[in-house]
Amino acid sequence: MKRAATLVGVALLAGCAPTPPADPDALTGTVTVLAAASLTDVFDDLAGRFEAEHPGVDVVLSYGGSSALAEQVLEGAPADVFASANESTMGSVEAAGLADDAVVFATNALALAVPAGNPGGVTGLADLADPDLTVALCDPAVPCGSAAVELLARAGVRASADTLEEDVRAVLTKVALGEVDAALVYRTDVNAAGDEVEGIELPEAASILNRYPIALLADAPNAVAARAFVDVVLGPVGRKALADAGFGIP
Amino acid sequence: MTASGAAPGAAPGLRVDVAVPREAFDVVAAFDLPPGRVLGVVGPNGAGKSSLLAAIAGLVDARGTIALDGRDLAALPAERRGVGVVFQDLLLFPHLSVRDNVAFPQRVRLGGWRAARAAAEPWLARLDLTALADRHPGALSGGQAQRVALARALAAEPAVLLLDEPMAALDVEIRDDVRADLARHLRAFGGPAIVVSHDRADAEVLADELLVVEGGRVVQRGTLAELAAAPASPWVARFAR
Amino acid sequence: MRASASRRRPGAAVLVLAGVGLALLVLPLVALVVRAPWGELPALLASEAVLQALALSLGTAAVSTVACLVLGIPLAVLLAHAEHGAAVPRRLLRAAITIPMVLPPVIGGIALLLLLGRRGLLGQWLAEVGIALPFTTPAVVIAQTFVAMPFLVFAVEGALRSADRRSEAAADSLGASRAQVFRLVTLPLVAPGVAAGAVLCFTRALGEFGATITFAGSFPGVTRTLPIASYLAMNSDPDTAIALALVLLAVSLVVLLALRDRWLPGVAR
Repeated sequence: MKRAATLVGVALLAGCAPTPPADPDALTGTVTVLAAASLTDVFDDLAGRFEAEHPGVDVVLSYGGSSALAEQVLEGAPADVFASANESTMGSVEAAGLADDAVVFATNALALAVPAGNPGGVTGLADLADPDLTVALCDPAVPCGSAAVELLARAGVRASADTLEEDVRAVLTKVALGEVDAALVYRTDVNAAGDEVEGIELPEAASILNRYPIALLADAPNAVAARAFVDVVLGPVGRKALADAGFGIP
Repeated sequence: MTASGAAPGAAPGLRVDVAVPREAFDVVAAFDLPPGRVLGVVGPNGAGKSSLLAAIAGLVDARGTIALDGRDLAALPAERRGVGVVFQDLLLFPHLSVRDNVAFPQRVRLGGWRAARAAAEPWLARLDLTALADRHPGALSGGQAQRVALARALAAEPAVLLLDEPMAALDVEIRDDVRADLARHLRAFGGPAIVVSHDRADAEVLADELLVVEGGRVVQRGTLAELAAAPASPWVARFAR
Repeated sequence: MRASASRRRPGAAVLVLAGVGLALLVLPLVALVVRAPWGELPALLASEAVLQALALSLGTAAVSTVACLVLGIPLAVLLAHAEHGAAVPRRLLRAAITIPMVLPPVIGGIALLLLLGRRGLLGQWLAEVGIALPFTTPAVVIAQTFVAMPFLVFAVEGALRSADRRSEAAADSLGASRAQVFRLVTLPLVAPGVAAGAVLCFTRALGEFGATITFAGSFPGVTRTLPIASYLAMNSDPDTAIALALVLLAVSLVVLLALRDRWLPGVAR
């Protein structure tokens, strides 16, 4: 009788402890991802799907200008994954020994964005030189800005910008609100913005591609789950989501 | 200041017949005050004495008559009545020097400080303030500040002078001396003057005659001796004893 | 029993907590000064980016302060006057003036954009007559005035309320007209409060970031004030960012010290 009671007691106690997972490799914890602003919608989508697959994981996403995010990593921000909008930004993090094995997972090209209805009557890149039009660009310090500089130089256009914003989504917002007549953003941003923004394809832009690398950070607090997330981005699910959004797949 | 526009045949001096609205009760008083006489308005705290002064000065509204040498003051705003006031808290201008405080009435009249300061010099001398002329009110003693307030009021050359509890802000030790000085200046003033006080010594030294106000009503008028001889109320009896 | 003549010193708990508070306020500035690239500082400070941002910041903050004075003093007079009136209008007035202080600046910027932007409530009419405000220097002034005005209004209101208004009664009895009372008595009495308010207003306008970048944008020499330039520089060139931060700190300190001293003496009470 006493032995039965002891067995029941042990069983009860075992029941109080966290149930051993059915799958011994199940992932837990938080994965902190720093990603370029232009990846907002795609990564939101992939993170949601990842969390559905792995209920024990919480993916925390922080979007911004790639240079600002790189600076945060260099200053010691506790992140697991970094995805930037150009290779030089990732380069600064690699040079500091803080990123392992960056892999290019997407490419993006610039597009000309105008508010719905095209109030400024913009037809092409040359219109950006018109001082009477209100034009927004990314500041050259951020990847979309440096790409814009290169594009304009190659096309021989001296743009008269009215504002140089600190990340591409800030530029996009100005277009969506109708405050500017034209802006250079990524093709994917035009897609993501929906009805408020129209895009004008720029054949010249295809030659200047931003290459987006993603890397697991060296000091990642949750390397195991983070690796799994990176694998999703690089895998077929991620590739399809990126392509649907308008990114190029290398 | 002569009373230009005095009604012909009107008795000179101040004529007051007013009701001053206040929170709890109206203050009702009627009296005549010839020029050269100092009326002491005495009574317990809260009786309405200061309200009476404020009404005569035009700083609060009142119903009734306020006339000087036959001229109606009640219709005039405070700044045109020619009624000088020495306030209980003195209310010297803290941002102005003693000289400029005393020169203020002339500054207002003449439109410039230079002439006003020149006009203020005799008043500074008369009230023994010349040595203090460049100080600011914050650097004055109680007695000094009171002299400045008096000089400032007199420099406006008012037709009537009102003083509200003139000794209240002073240390007890110096009151006798200051009171004697003040009595001197009041004699020299020449126009009708009213001193509000609850202090017997003030009544004795400064006033020619007393008006007793209790609960917003005048209960007695007379000299201190008359009040002592036939007090009209317990308060008067205690006061005049 | 005689009370002790000297005041007792604050207790240990007070001192410790106060010390922590002081450290929180002072140590970041110490870090800024210590980590500054002193060697390259002269070159950085002479760069066009820094000089442009500095000139723009000082200019717009000065204009904003003037705007705050012109609009804010009457508003403060109204507010002080409302003290004697009905409660509901008074509370609404006070709440309205407080809003820019509690609103996150970026939200303020968005609101300004929705009002004065090209498609804004008023902005669309302005656009019809050819006035476009976003991305212009006047827009910077508007954004700064919006966030800094409450500081001035409340400082002046405080001065009006604490100044002994009975001095005005004394001036009345001495023959001064209403205009003379205002000029000779009221204004000098509230001048220190106004000056203090103007200083607060200026430094707040100088440091304004969120509303400016959202409403006016960011373009060198036109709308890129010191705080915005500093934020952008953090991305690519931390040394320039630190140089800009030091400039902002130095300007703020100079303004605070210089103006405060001028107004305290001479108005001794």
